[in-house]
Amino acid sequence: MTDVVNPPATAPAEDHAHDEHHGPTGILKWMTTTDHKIIGLSYTVTSVLMLVIGGLFAEIIRGQLASPNSSLVSLAQYNELFTMHGSVMIYLFAGPFAFGGLANIIVPIQIGAPDMAFPRLNALSYWLYLTGAITMLLGFFTAGGAANFGWVAYAPLSNSINTPGAGADLWIGGLLLTGFSAIFTGVNLTATIFYLRAPGMTMFRMPIFTWNMLVTGILILLAFPVLTAGLVMLYCDRHFGTHIYSVAGGGVPVLWQHIFWFWGHPEVYILALPFFGMVTEIIAVFSRKPVFGYKGMVFATLSIAALSLGVWAHHMFTTGVVLLPFFSIMSLLIAVPTGIKIFNWIGTMWRGEVWFSTAMLMALGFLVTFLVGGLTGIYLASPPLDFFTHDTYFVVAHFHSVVMALVLGGMGGLYYWGPKITGYLLNERIGKIQFWFLFIGTQVFTVPQYILGLLGMPRRIAVYPNNPQWKALNDWSSLGAALIGISTILFVINVIVSWKKYPAGDNPWDAQTLEWFTTSPPPHHNFYRLPQIRSERPTWDYNHPEHKSLAHGQHDTAVHADEVKVP
Amino acid sequence: MKVEAKVLLSLGLFFGIMCAVYWNWSLENAGGVMMFAGMLLCFLPGGYYYWWSRRMKARPEDNPYATQAEGAGVVGSFPGTSIWPFTLGMGAFFVVLALVFGIWFLVPGLALVVWALLGGTAEGRRGGHV
Repeated sequence: MTDVVNPPATAPAEDHAHDEHHGPTGILKWMTTTDHKIIGLSYTVTSVLMLVIGGLFAEIIRGQLASPNSSLVSLAQYNELFTMHGSVMIYLFAGPFAFGGLANIIVPIQIGAPDMAFPRLNALSYWLYLTGAITMLLGFFTAGGAANFGWVAYAPLSNSINTPGAGADLWIGGLLLTGFSAIFTGVNLTATIFYLRAPGMTMFRMPIFTWNMLVTGILILLAFPVLTAGLVMLYCDRHFGTHIYSVAGGGVPVLWQHIFWFWGHPEVYILALPFFGMVTEIIAVFSRKPVFGYKGMVFATLSIAALSLGVWAHHMFTTGVVLLPFFSIMSLLIAVPTGIKIFNWIGTMWRGEVWFSTAMLMALGFLVTFLVGGLTGIYLASPPLDFFTHDTYFVVAHFHSVVMALVLGGMGGLYYWGPKITGYLLNERIGKIQFWFLFIGTQVFTVPQYILGLLGMPRRIAVYPNNPQWKALNDWSSLGAALIGISTILFVINVIVSWKKYPAGDNPWDAQTLEWFTTSPPPHHNFYRLPQIRSERPTWDYNHPEHKSLAHGQHDTAVHADEVKVP
Repeated sequence: MKVEAKVLLSLGLFFGIMCAVYWNWSLENAGGVMMFAGMLLCFLPGGYYYWWSRRMKARPEDNPYATQAEGAGVVGSFPGTSIWPFTLGMGAFFVVLALVFGIWFLVPGLALVVWALLGGTAEGRRGGHV
């Protein structure tokens, strides 16, 4: 049955594939495209550029902290650097890379759709993201410098008296633009997944990555409008004389924290869920097994989304005005679905034929690093421990473990899907060296910070007392940051060295999901033909009719795949 | 369509329960209102999907035994290329710069936005520029 191939479900595909030859070329093509693959690639390249910019800020910060009482940068410059490091990494890299970049390219192909549901809205999302990024970074070219109130912009520090100047306004403006960009992408992802699936692609046959992107899309729609509204109110406070966040006029400063974190905590899952999805795909493919506990994974993702709306004030335990038991219980509960995911990832690898490709190594690095970040998150969910460690390097180390895990997962995603997007593989040898630099660098970078935090070093300080213990730990952390920097350079080298060198073919990893059924790179509107979809692994079923997927709960043990060439 | 509806409705239901517990326990309004709005945001499309799912035949993508032939035909009209998203994006950029650098940025900003809205609408009526 699996070898029956029907004509594509998308009749207009042929016409448009033909039309594209007459379309604009060069920069005009980039400006006018509505093809989700080109938009996604633009997103990916822009966001990796943001990773490099944010990474440079981080290297300067670690350079400053490598010795006590250092004067590499001034105190004012340091404030700008840590603000813009956080802002660039969270607002301009991690989210857009996942839901604007890889998801934009991969989700429509994984469900057999010709494009995103609203292609022109998708293009608008990219332009708002790009202009938002430019707006935010323009702050460095203004007289007062970039925003310097931390990436969370707490009131009253962010009002017009404490942080006057164009840099702060540009930060708000940039976030308004990228906020709308994210909302439009959320609309697009949700509508695409609900309405453009191929025949037979039921909801419970969608790849886990697509499921995670659906939930991410819903979370974006729940969370981002709150931030955008909060930013408009902040701007009004700064310029139009309202007193929403100022005590003087009868406002409530802590309201900003509520609004910010009501966006900010779901945002953590908006950042993390796409990478969970990538890692799930990678681990299943390189263990040559279906995802272990598919439905458990889906319900875990939905539970994370459900709980994520009720945990925001665990960032505000020390304000003294939040309901500690509620937020503590909810934050501890969210560890359960996350634990289910980790259990399922291990279950997927269990008795599989694990192939340690670069993508798989990155996914395993993600698993270890995320576990460290997640477990320390459980400590922080307990108010007594949080009172002790709040605003110390312990918190910095916790979220850097988490986000560096996402960087590892994202790199895995690039190595895994890069061949599908460009048609060419990346060099595996350089990739593995890059992995070890990134993985070891991450641990050397974060572990000393946990100890520093417990020793009492506060975050966001540019200079610290000349204490040999603190200095040694900061040196280790700076060394780790340098290793991570080298790994990024290795990635750039790898892209240059492998440029159009190793043709990938349609399915270099002998993967399972629909995006590997089409050509690499996929044609305009994605498919010349579609296979019969009878499980969550249609490409695998087509290529291995003797090892077809069984109904849920009856999976066979590892199956032997054909030899696959690697560069 | 049923699964889509159930996903949204169950999320909304959870947010509703969480909202009731939180608001009654903490008496803090900001979070209570936001959770209530989150519940509505899930119930509105979720209820719409549920209403439709009871009135329509299962789509090919909802049928586990559908063949590709069942999905043959026009999926929808997709634009080939369009300059208007870029124009609208630049317009929004200038409008935001007006918030920071001076009100005169609104002139090119709003001009671009209006131009893009008119152009985009006209293009949509023509069936897209391909």
